[in-house]
Amino acid sequence: MGAIGLAMYKYLLQRLVQGILVMLVVTFVAFAIFHFLGDPVNNMVGESATDADRQMVRLQLGLDEPVIVQYFKFVGNILQGDFGISYRTRTSVIEQMAVRLPATLELSLVSGFFSILFGIPMGIYCALQPKSWLSRNFLVGSLVGISIPTFLSGLLLIYLFSVTLGWLPSQGRGGLVSLGWWDTSLVTLKGWSYIIMPALTLCIYQLTLITRMVRAEMQEVIRTDYIKFARARGLSNYIVQYRHALQNSLVPVVTIIGLQLGTVVAFSIITETVFNWPGLGQMFIQSIEFVDIPVMSAYLIFVGAFFVILNLIVDLVYALVDPRLRAA
Amino acid sequence: MMNLKSIGNLTLKSAAIGAALLLATQIQAANTLRWSSAGDALTMDPHAQNETPTINMNRQVYDTLIQRDQNLKMEPGLALSWEPLSATQWQFNLRRGVTFHDGSAFSAEDVKFSIERAQANTSDFKAYVNTIESVEIIDDYTVLINTITPDPILPSYLTFVFMMDQTWSLTHKVSSPQDYNSSEETYAVRHANGTGAYSLLEREPDLKTVLQKNPNYWGPAAQIETIIHTPIASAPTRIAALLSNELDFVLDPPIQDLKRLDGEESIDVTSVPQIRTIFLGLDQGAKRLRSNPELGKNPLADKRVRKAMYMAIDIRAIKQKIMRGLAEPAGIITAPGVNGYNKALDSRLPYDRKQAKALLTQAGYPEGFKIRLDCPNNRYINDEAICQAVVSMLSKIDIKVSLNAQPKSIFFKTVGNNDSDFYLLGWGVATLDSEYVFRYLLNTRSDKIGTWNRANFSNAEVDQLIAKIQQEVDLAKRDQMIEQVWKITKEDITYLPLHHQVISWAMSSKLSLPIVASNEPLFRLATYKK
Repeated sequence: MGAIGLAMYKYLLQRLVQGILVMLVVTFVAFAIFHFLGDPVNNMVGESATDADRQMVRLQLGLDEPVIVQYFKFVGNILQGDFGISYRTRTSVIEQMAVRLPATLELSLVSGFFSILFGIPMGIYCALQPKSWLSRNFLVGSLVGISIPTFLSGLLLIYLFSVTLGWLPSQGRGGLVSLGWWDTSLVTLKGWSYIIMPALTLCIYQLTLITRMVRAEMQEVIRTDYIKFARARGLSNYIVQYRHALQNSLVPVVTIIGLQLGTVVAFSIITETVFNWPGLGQMFIQSIEFVDIPVMSAYLIFVGAFFVILNLIVDLVYALVDPRLRAA
Repeated sequence: MMNLKSIGNLTLKSAAIGAALLLATQIQAANTLRWSSAGDALTMDPHAQNETPTINMNRQVYDTLIQRDQNLKMEPGLALSWEPLSATQWQFNLRRGVTFHDGSAFSAEDVKFSIERAQANTSDFKAYVNTIESVEIIDDYTVLINTITPDPILPSYLTFVFMMDQTWSLTHKVSSPQDYNSSEETYAVRHANGTGAYSLLEREPDLKTVLQKNPNYWGPAAQIETIIHTPIASAPTRIAALLSNELDFVLDPPIQDLKRLDGEESIDVTSVPQIRTIFLGLDQGAKRLRSNPELGKNPLADKRVRKAMYMAIDIRAIKQKIMRGLAEPAGIITAPGVNGYNKALDSRLPYDRKQAKALLTQAGYPEGFKIRLDCPNNRYINDEAICQAVVSMLSKIDIKVSLNAQPKSIFFKTVGNNDSDFYLLGWGVATLDSEYVFRYLLNTRSDKIGTWNRANFSNAEVDQLIAKIQQEVDLAKRDQMIEQVWKITKEDITYLPLHHQVISWAMSSKLSLPIVASNEPLFRLATYKK
C-alpha cells in the first residue's frame, strides 16, 4: 500500500509539473502572438487623438517594453491574483469571466448530454444492424452534419425555428434563475428554449464522433472470443449485447467524451457568436477584435488550465485502472 | 421517431407557455423598444471613449450644453443661449430647473467641472476642449468660457462634451475618467447620472443595457418607456432577431439584406447619406515605395500617376456592384452636411482608362509598377470588396496591386506607423466642419496635428490657411479660406475620393424613429404608430 501510494504521488507530481510547464509555454506563445494582432492603443484612444496622446497611453500600459518583460509582469500579476482590467470595457477581467463562465459550461454540458443521448443509441444500432437503411442514414447524415460548418447549421436552425416557425428565440440567453453567483438557464422552460438550438448546433460534431466510435468499438468487441463464448453459454442476446459488449466498448468512448468536453468548451466560439450566447467564446472573439490583451490572456490561460486538468484527471483514471502504471 | 415527437411536444408546450407570458407582458412590451447593433458601448463614463457606439449610448443619458437635432442643426441643450463676447470669450446662459437623475440640480458648477473633466489627461475628448483656457462661473446659470486662441468651432465641439454632476462624481470618486493603468473599475463605468431623457436602469457590458424614461426630463417628454439594447455581433443573427420580432430596431443591417428586409411587410428600411467619406490615400512624401523599393523612386510623388490612378477607377461600378446603389460618388473627401462642402467641389474626374494609361506613360511608367494596397476588412461598409475592385481596375492600366486586407486593429497599426504606400481610409466629421478634415488629413504631420496625414502631403500655403481657419471668427472669410484649401488639395489630387457612405436603419414598421446622418439614434424622438 505504502509503496504504491508513493509511486502514485510521484506520478501525480510529475504530471503536475508537466502541466505547469505546458501552461507556461501556452501563455508565452499566446503572449508573443498578441504582438502580431495589432495595436490596442488605436482602439483605446479614438481617431481624434494626437500621436503624443498615443505615445502616452503606450507608455502607461508598458507596451513599449520588450515582449518578454511584459510577459513576466503579466505572469507576476496573475500569481498575485490580479488578471487586470479589460482595455475595452474597463471592467475587471476575472469578474467578466465569472459572469460568462456559467453560460459556456451549461452550453457545453447540455450539448455533451445531447451528443451522448443520441450518439450512443445510434452507435449501438449501427453496430448491431449494420445493413439496415436506418444505420446507413445515420452514418451518412452524421457525415453531412459535420461537413456543414457550424455557423451555417446554426443559421439554418435559426431560420427554421425562429424566423419561419417562430417557436424559439433566435439569440441570447433568457429565462435565467439566479443561484448565488451562478445564473442558470436549465431550470425554466424559457431557459431551455434559448439553449436548445445552440446546444444542438454545438453537439453535431461530438454526436458524429460518438456514434462512429461506439459503432467501431462494439463491432470489434462483438468479434472477440469472450462474446462468442458468452453466446455459446446460451446467454440471451440482450445480456450479451448490452451487458458484455456495450460495457466493454464504452471505456475508451468515455475517455474520449471526457477529453472532448475540453474541446467543446474551448471551441464553442463560433456557436456562441452565431447565437449571441453570452459565454466565454464570444468574449474571446470580441477581445481579439479589439486586441484586448488582458482578456485574451486570461481566456487562453483558462482554456489551457482546463485542458491540463482534464488530461490530469484522465491520466489519474488510467493509473487507477491500469495496474502497470501503479507499480511503476 | 419517439425523440422527435417528444421534442415536438416540448416545443408546443413551450410555445403555449410563451404565448401566455407574452399576453401578460403585452402592455409593457408595447412601450418598450428593443434594439441591437454589432457592438456595445465600451463604457458609460461619458468622457472616456470618443467612439460612436459609446457616444450613442451616453447621449441618451447625458446632455450637452449645445446639441444637434435630427437634421444635425445645432439647438439649445443645457445652455439656452450662447454668444461670443470677444474673439476668445463665450458666454453661456444655462437652462434653469434642470435636475440630474438622482434629483440634484444642474448648475454652472457642473459645467465647469464637466469641461475640466473632459480636459483631463485620461479623457478621450481632450482634443475637443484643448483651446479652452478657463471656465468662469458668473452666477448659478451663467458661465464664461475663455479660450487660449480664437476658436470659431467651439460650439460644435461642445456638442460632444457631456455634463456630469459634480457632487455625484466626487462622491463616487470619478472626478476624472478611468486611468488605463489602474487595475480597478471606476464607478462611472457601469453607473450614470445625467440629465438626459433616459436614465440608466441596468448595465451589463456586452450583454444588455436597459434605459428608463426620465419623468423629469427638461425637454419634450420621451414617448417610449423602456429602451433595451442587446449587442449582437453576428449580422445574420441580428437580422433573424428582427425578422422574428425579438427586436424592434437594428442600427447596422448589412447592405446585402436591405432589399429583402424592405420587402417584408413588418419591417421598414430607411437610408441617409452619412457624414463619412471613403477614399484612397497615396503616400506622396516617401522617398521610395515600401512595398516595391527596387523601383528606386516613388511614383506616387508624381501628380500624373495619382491622376492616372484616379481616372482608372470606375466609381459607378463600385457603387452599383459593391455598394448596391447605397453610396454617393465623391469628388472631395468630405460629405454633404459638412461646413465647406459644396456641390461644385464634389465633382469627379472622368473615368477614362485610355487617358489614365497615357498619363502613366508620360510619367515614365509605360509598363506600370507594383504596389501594395492596405485595406481594413471590418471597418467600413464592404471595405475589402471595394479594395478588390480597385485592384482589378488598376490592373487594367498595368499597375500591379497586391491587396493586403486586414482586421482594423492591424490595419490602423500599419497606417498609424506610417508603413503604408497606398491605403483605404474613411473619415467622418464629428464637428461637421471642414477644419476637422484639414486638421487630421491635410496639415503637415507632427505629433500634435496631421495625425492621419499618411499621404505625407505637406504644403506651406495649406498649413498657413489651416492655422488661420482655426482662429478666424469672421465666418464668411473663414469659409473662403476653407474653399481655398479644398481647391488646392483637389488640384493636387492628394487623396483619391471614392464615395460618401450611406447608412441604413431597419426597424419594425410600427416604430417611428427619424434617421440621423451621424448614425446616432435619438430615442427621445421615437414613437410607436397607433
